[in-house]
Amino acid sequence: MSADTTPATAAGTYVLRGARPLGGEPVDLVLDGGVIAQVVAVGTADVDGAVVVDAQGLVALPGLVDLHTHLREPGREDAETISSGTRAAAAGGFTAVHAMANTTPVADTAGVVEQVWRIGRDAGWVDVHPVGAVSVGLDGTQLAELGAMADSAARVRVFSDDGKCVADPILMRRALEYVKAFDGVVAQHAQEPRLTEGAQMNEGVVSAELGLPGWPAVAEEAIIARDVLLAEHVGSRLHVCHLSTAGSVEIVRWAKGRGIDVTAEVTPHHLILTDDLARQYDPVFKVNPPLRTARDVEAVREGLADGTIDIVATDHAPHTREDKDCEWAAAAFGMTGLETALSIVQQTMVDTGRMTWADVARVLSAAPARIGRIDTGERAHGRPLEVGEPANVTLVDPAARRVVDGAVQVTSSTNTPFQGYELPGRVVATFLRGTATVLDGAPVEKE
Amino acid sequence: MRHLLSTQDLARTDAIRILDTAAQMSATQSREIKKLPTLRGRTVVNLFFEDSTRTRISFETAAKRLSADVINFSAKGSSVSKGESLKDTALTLQAMGADAVVIRHQASGAPYTLATSGWVEAAVVNAGDGMHQHPTQALLDAYTLRRHLSGTALSAPGASGPDDVAALGADLAGRRVAVVGDVLHSRVARSNVHLLHTLGAEVTLVAPPTLLPVGVEAWPCRVAYHLDETLRDWSPDAVMMLRVQRERMSGAGTGGGAFFPNPLEYTRKYGLDARRLRLLAEHAVVLHPGPMNRGLEISAEAADSPRAVIVEQVANGVAVRMAVLYLLLAGDTSGDRTDPAPTTERVRVP
Repeated sequence: MSADTTPATAAGTYVLRGARPLGGEPVDLVLDGGVIAQVVAVGTADVDGAVVVDAQGLVALPGLVDLHTHLREPGREDAETISSGTRAAAAGGFTAVHAMANTTPVADTAGVVEQVWRIGRDAGWVDVHPVGAVSVGLDGTQLAELGAMADSAARVRVFSDDGKCVADPILMRRALEYVKAFDGVVAQHAQEPRLTEGAQMNEGVVSAELGLPGWPAVAEEAIIARDVLLAEHVGSRLHVCHLSTAGSVEIVRWAKGRGIDVTAEVTPHHLILTDDLARQYDPVFKVNPPLRTARDVEAVREGLADGTIDIVATDHAPHTREDKDCEWAAAAFGMTGLETALSIVQQTMVDTGRMTWADVARVLSAAPARIGRIDTGERAHGRPLEVGEPANVTLVDPAARRVVDGAVQVTSSTNTPFQGYELPGRVVATFLRGTATVLDGAPVEKE
Repeated sequence: MRHLLSTQDLARTDAIRILDTAAQMSATQSREIKKLPTLRGRTVVNLFFEDSTRTRISFETAAKRLSADVINFSAKGSSVSKGESLKDTALTLQAMGADAVVIRHQASGAPYTLATSGWVEAAVVNAGDGMHQHPTQALLDAYTLRRHLSGTALSAPGASGPDDVAALGADLAGRRVAVVGDVLHSRVARSNVHLLHTLGAEVTLVAPPTLLPVGVEAWPCRVAYHLDETLRDWSPDAVMMLRVQRERMSGAGTGGGAFFPNPLEYTRKYGLDARRLRLLAEHAVVLHPGPMNRGLEISAEAADSPRAVIVEQVANGVAVRMAVLYLLLAGDTSGDRTDPAPTTERVRVP
């Protein structure tokens, strides 16, 4: 890309000695010139002039790709900035994130998406791919300038009003059709607005007891059902954000069986947490879509394992303390996730035997990169760990255990739902096109 | 007992202890000098984020009769409407040295947040939070029911008044209570279902399906859609009518509105009128937490009938709230009986 100001090859030479690609047999991975230069038997790589990283026992994954990140900048830099959020992403093993459009101003013009893209580029922690708003100001009435955002330097391919649902069926149809011109995708936040007025948590036994207005599963499922049929009708591709219910899994499974071009994501928190946590009225557990029941958790795990759900995306949603240090109804929706996502996937899917590390590479790297159309070219993500590919590599120690503490996380906000949890897995190093962004588990500060 | 947040937290013995203490408090209220010195020098703050003159003056009366200093803090408009945050309000009360905070809040869980946040050291009494709980209302309802459904009050239908002697130490085992109306939005219903169950009573909720929460099947009670059938076939010992807000019928209300077609149809199917009153057993009583919508959920004949114990509920509310404040601020946490009114005899046998 001609707009690049930083060379994509500003990297040293690293030998990752004894790393296990996708959890397989140990090898030496040599990163040089921004690409994977060699994949050779352990101990055989030429280490002259290279930095050797002892990767014995570490799993090597292609750099992780998040399709759903809230970086808050511009507008809410008190909660997170592009710099702090992408630094947290690198610490979590990511090399690319898609920055959601619900900022202030909304990312609904080429100007805003280029600004986000450029600040991300300058920060240098991960590749920031802005998501463009579907509608002007997320208002759900008029299409934003999708074409201009697609043609901008930010090369937007994912469009979403996330935080709000594109509820108007005509607007949704038009958006699905329009983005076909540049191979874009509409990522829908599925929430029927009338069924969720004032909603605070999953509607069910717990909401009945706590007296909190319910967010029924049907409000998500009805929109997904409508949208897959629309996508089929107009021959477009659709992405379903943060799917959270057993019924949604069934609908997506049915749609895929019909050959509809739909992809779906689940968040780490929906893979493990349930609505029982609301009983403490601690707003750190207030999130949209809400935490569901144990049955839903089991269904999304099964859907992820069998491929119905294509990817895990964090929905990293940092909030200031004052937006969470209050009564439940007054609190903001959302929880952080960049630095815990891989551990949650390991705990719920790998350590339980439901997925392999190769599957993890698929759901956290290859598939999200493909959905976001960032899987080709020099700056591609989600590629195999093979010679000649961009050196986007994450080293994770699956045997490590760590206790989560929001106060010491890299993100600017402390609203992690996993405070005090002991989780498996630790990101030891992250490389973005051969440059170490994380080494020895800590972000590598720029000179 | 450190706080009173929900009737779900109350064990049977806790509940009976509160009711028995309320009986002692009530006995002192027939004296010429109603004031007791028990909480002299203690400060009770009534922190009301939502208007409720009835509940506030009930708590205020209770605290003053125990000689506590009372501060009324009307903080209408919480952080929800960009006023001062609950946290800052709480820190202010802490700095002023509140011993107990009686909180009414439109957000479910706000008293829980206040009690567990570490912002205040005071005992927290939930005086109604959103659609969640209103535990002192349920306690005063149970106290009222116990007086009327114990001993001679029950065995001599229609003939006798309340029986305070038989009530002392008793629960409500086997008594049947129908709770009728807008259960979905009602903290009174939620509080009562749990407390009545704890005290051994059977509860049937009667409401149109739109005014019952999804998930109600997990509650320890029965659910019915027809008031006439419940009154006729189930023979409740008490009927508790819930307040219905007229705006619930419009399509623009919170949570989508449109819960019932119009007030006339609601009254026809779920209102307690003279005809339905005649379906009740002779000893059965009628309760309402107030304020009543006469002509909507309850007719004047029902509200003013001898079966209605609605005015008595108000008086019992003061005694129950005295008992709660006493047990939280002066009660012996070891569970031993302490005497809140040492200058007088115990409950007098009528």
